[in-house]
Amino acid sequence: MSSLALTHARFQLIETLRMPMALIGSAFFPAASMIFFVVPFIGSNPLYATTATASMVTFVVMSSNLFQYGIGVAEDRAQPWDPYARTLPAGAAPRFLGRILAGLTLMILSLIPVVVIAAVATKATVTPGQFVAALGVTVLSAVPFTLMGLAIGYSLPTKAAVVLAQVLFLPLAFGGGLMTGPGNAPGFIETIAPYLPTGAAVRLMWAAVGDFPVQPASVAALLAWTVAFAGVAGWAYRRDEGRRFS
Amino acid sequence: MMTLARAIDVSRSYGSVLALDHVDLDVHAGELVGLLGPNGAGKSTLVNLLTGVRRPTGGRVELCGGDPRDPATRKVLGVTPQETGLPSALRVGEVVDFVRAHYPDPLGRDELLDRFGLGDLVRRQTGGLSGGQKRRVAVALAFVGRPRIVFLDEPTTGLDVAARHALWNGVRQFHAEGGTVVLTSHYLEEVEALASRVVVVGEGRVLADDSVAAVRGLVAIRRVSLTTAVPVPDLPGVVGTERDGDRTHLLTPDADRLVRDLVSGDVPFRDLEVRPTSLEEAFLTLTAA
Repeated sequence: MSSLALTHARFQLIETLRMPMALIGSAFFPAASMIFFVVPFIGSNPLYATTATASMVTFVVMSSNLFQYGIGVAEDRAQPWDPYARTLPAGAAPRFLGRILAGLTLMILSLIPVVVIAAVATKATVTPGQFVAALGVTVLSAVPFTLMGLAIGYSLPTKAAVVLAQVLFLPLAFGGGLMTGPGNAPGFIETIAPYLPTGAAVRLMWAAVGDFPVQPASVAALLAWTVAFAGVAGWAYRRDEGRRFS
Repeated sequence: MMTLARAIDVSRSYGSVLALDHVDLDVHAGELVGLLGPNGAGKSTLVNLLTGVRRPTGGRVELCGGDPRDPATRKVLGVTPQETGLPSALRVGEVVDFVRAHYPDPLGRDELLDRFGLGDLVRRQTGGLSGGQKRRVAVALAFVGRPRIVFLDEPTTGLDVAARHALWNGVRQFHAEGGTVVLTSHYLEEVEALASRVVVVGEGRVLADDSVAAVRGLVAIRRVSLTTAVPVPDLPGVVGTERDGDRTHLLTPDADRLVRDLVSGDVPFRDLEVRPTSLEEAFLTLTAA
């Protein structure tokens, strides 16, 4: 990874942190949900608190990547700074890598309050091995949602991207069972959830932090989503470059 | 003399619109070339091709002997695009540092800002700058990487007279130190102030490529208007005639001679008026010829 990618990531982070609304959007809602719903109602039950925290972590992974890339990329494409940056002596790779690095950093920043609240104010508990496994699932499940965000950001203008990201995010959260514990969602959601990207990701997360069984069909669905999002993101990226820069 | 930028039989179309139509251009080391033309003539398209932002539909472009779409070729290049668009949350100094990070041997941040009289803006966020200040920052950025050649696309649009002259001085200094400049403008005045060679672009083609003096003769068309009851006879040097009621407008590069001819030809007229034409009008006559 080149130092230029780090430079791009650094300036992208400076830009985001100067307008902290973006960060509040992805960090505040999950932290508030922890405080208002998880802590008072199920905070004293170690099993429930742990799975609820895992659900909230998955929620952050989904929402922060969906919004950052979906809306951020669409906004950048509308700025004349983008074509100027293409006259600098660097290819597209450092900018792209820099964006991904900045996105992962902001995702981790948004995760910290959730994990801290879970550790301090609830009886949620994980072994060191489970923590590492959950970290691994976090990084892996960031991949499909990053690709999903990029697919939206590169294929739509800003206003449409904002709307689509907002329209997708609640059904993905509820449909995947992020707002309910394992096995407690309404029937039809229990049926479809394992095959939605959010539901498949949270099931891996539950398996990492507890004894929830890994469902091969659900894992296969997540892989299929990843391949599909990668296909759309790649197609939209090339189409956009071709339209604006060919 | 080394050729730094070259377009060879270059065409570029956007859908069905032909923006450049078989253009040839050589820019040699040490030249200060003005690309002059009305809006929509194809100047920015030519700059975008030569700086690697876009690809030609036909023909070939070269920058210092290489392909401008290859990042390594662009180490010697500096660009000010027509639209400014600095990242609004970043400070001026940070934007300069960001651009500096792309070049092997960039100018120092303070050195660059001082050269363009921007030293006191270093801590300001670009979103809070005036339009003119943003423009000056955008022009300064073209010089960050100690380029051999810079492309300035309408650099002084929106600047007041003082800022414009300050900017011209920065460009002249770069040129005096051996730098090569390609500048687009639709102001003849700006091209006259800076360039020694002018390339006139209109409707996607190179209409003229000559010294400033020669091109001024081509595009500095005067409009001579008069009211007369009789038809004006054919006079030498008239490149266009328009009638508007009893008012006749004659377009000519030499208004003095035309007026003398009118008088010596005993053409009855009143309300004589001589005005410079806009570049757009001058181009209409050039492209029609």
